[in-house]
Amino acid sequence: MEIEEVRKNTKLMYQGKPWNVDNAEFVKPGKGRAIYRLRLKNLLDASTLDITFHSGEKVDEASISNQEMQYLYKEGDHYVFMNTSTFDQTFVTESQMEDKIHFLKEGMLVNVQLLEDRPIDITIPVFVELAVIETGTAIKTATVTAQNKSAKLETGYSIDVPAFIKEGDMLKIDTRTGAYVERLTAKK
Amino acid sequence: MPAERERLAQIKTNLEHRAQIYDLVREFFRGRGFLEVETPVRVPAIAPEINIAPLQSDGWYLITSPELHMKRLLAASYKQIFQISHCFRKHERGRLHNPEFSLLEWYRTDANCTDTISDTEQLVSTLIQKLQSSNILHYQGQSIDMQLPWHRLSIKNAFLQIAGWNPVSDYNAERFDHDMSTLILPSLNPARPTVLVEYPAAAASLARLKADDLQVAERAEVFIGGMELANAYSELADAAEQLQRFMKEASQIEYTYGMKMPISGPFIDAVSHLPECSGIALGMDRLVMLLCDAASIDEVCAFTEDNI
Repeated sequence: MEIEEVRKNTKLMYQGKPWNVDNAEFVKPGKGRAIYRLRLKNLLDASTLDITFHSGEKVDEASISNQEMQYLYKEGDHYVFMNTSTFDQTFVTESQMEDKIHFLKEGMLVNVQLLEDRPIDITIPVFVELAVIETGTAIKTATVTAQNKSAKLETGYSIDVPAFIKEGDMLKIDTRTGAYVERLTAKK
Repeated sequence: MPAERERLAQIKTNLEHRAQIYDLVREFFRGRGFLEVETPVRVPAIAPEINIAPLQSDGWYLITSPELHMKRLLAASYKQIFQISHCFRKHERGRLHNPEFSLLEWYRTDANCTDTISDTEQLVSTLIQKLQSSNILHYQGQSIDMQLPWHRLSIKNAFLQIAGWNPVSDYNAERFDHDMSTLILPSLNPARPTVLVEYPAAAASLARLKADDLQVAERAEVFIGGMELANAYSELADAAEQLQRFMKEASQIEYTYGMKMPISGPFIDAVSHLPECSGIALGMDRLVMLLCDAASIDEVCAFTEDNI
């Protein structure tokens, strides 16, 4: 593909390795040749590389396929997934998962991006439902504005929630921001 | 789409400022006797430039600048004209770029690029005075002292000091563009505007060469807050020389990209009737960014390529 078509999150092959474009900066004097400054992240070991391309240059796009998989369990720092059509199992490492581990629950269906047969990234749903396993009472302040407090979710991740949330409540969470959206069901 | 409504609500103040800036720009030029003109956006031929890729439209081109038609007006005895027009440059997308953007261009006769740079100083100072009654512009955490005159620096001195070579005596297009972006621009004083002057003759484009030094083109560029804001020429009025430069550029484009660029006959004809004149192109989106303290072109345009 032409360097002109590369955008943030394009996946490239460079020096025989697969990379995600984490950041693409376009620099161009009005009458001059454009420069593309890319911050690449290795899709296998998460190492980064800064590299500069010029307009007119070509790069190899990585051929990525998508497969729906179900998250089964964690073993060491490997997250084990099952292909829902072939029932084959594969794993994704903790460094590849990034902060998605905060929202991943056993049995969840996710999209796994594969480079040939190798999983390199996963996409989790924008909204997930997670139960509160631990929360205290809100700290009283002098103001009358809405009070927030911290709550620990079943994945072990803590978020800010409104004061009325109780242990056992099921919450809707926005995985893009990690923010509380609403309470789905209160504990009976 | 709540995300779109939220995004547009967030930039509403900037868009209100933008409209006010457009009014003030028009007031500035009308007050100096300039005529506002409108020229076509879709044309059969544009200036061939190897580093500016045009967008095509049903066999014609969307303008990359209104320059050719504005010069045809100058050749027909229009003395002072200005225009704010939408221009199009393929693939140009980033913090400071959108493929569709707004250029302010003005031209006047009996002038050279020193005069149009001085117009730019007056214009920007007037805007800052009217909008914030101060000579200090605050942009992205940097205070910029806008007092006139702005700092002038020749390309030769800038390159000799920062990049260690002289592009005026020894031009290399690739090295020039690369060093300009990676070495020269980052080295400019962020607390003052800078005007780079005396470009190498090989980077003259549509500018005439200096009468007493043919290695140098009468071309100047304004940089503020790390941004290239405006590009001025003392206009080339030699039709044969202009045609030769266009043909050379067109053959390079054909060699590199396999694309045949037509050359505008009426424009070449107009060049032979051009009086001594100067013109300048100023990025309106970037001017608005500076005056609104906006980090990105997306904060001063309601709809850019990514949210059309």
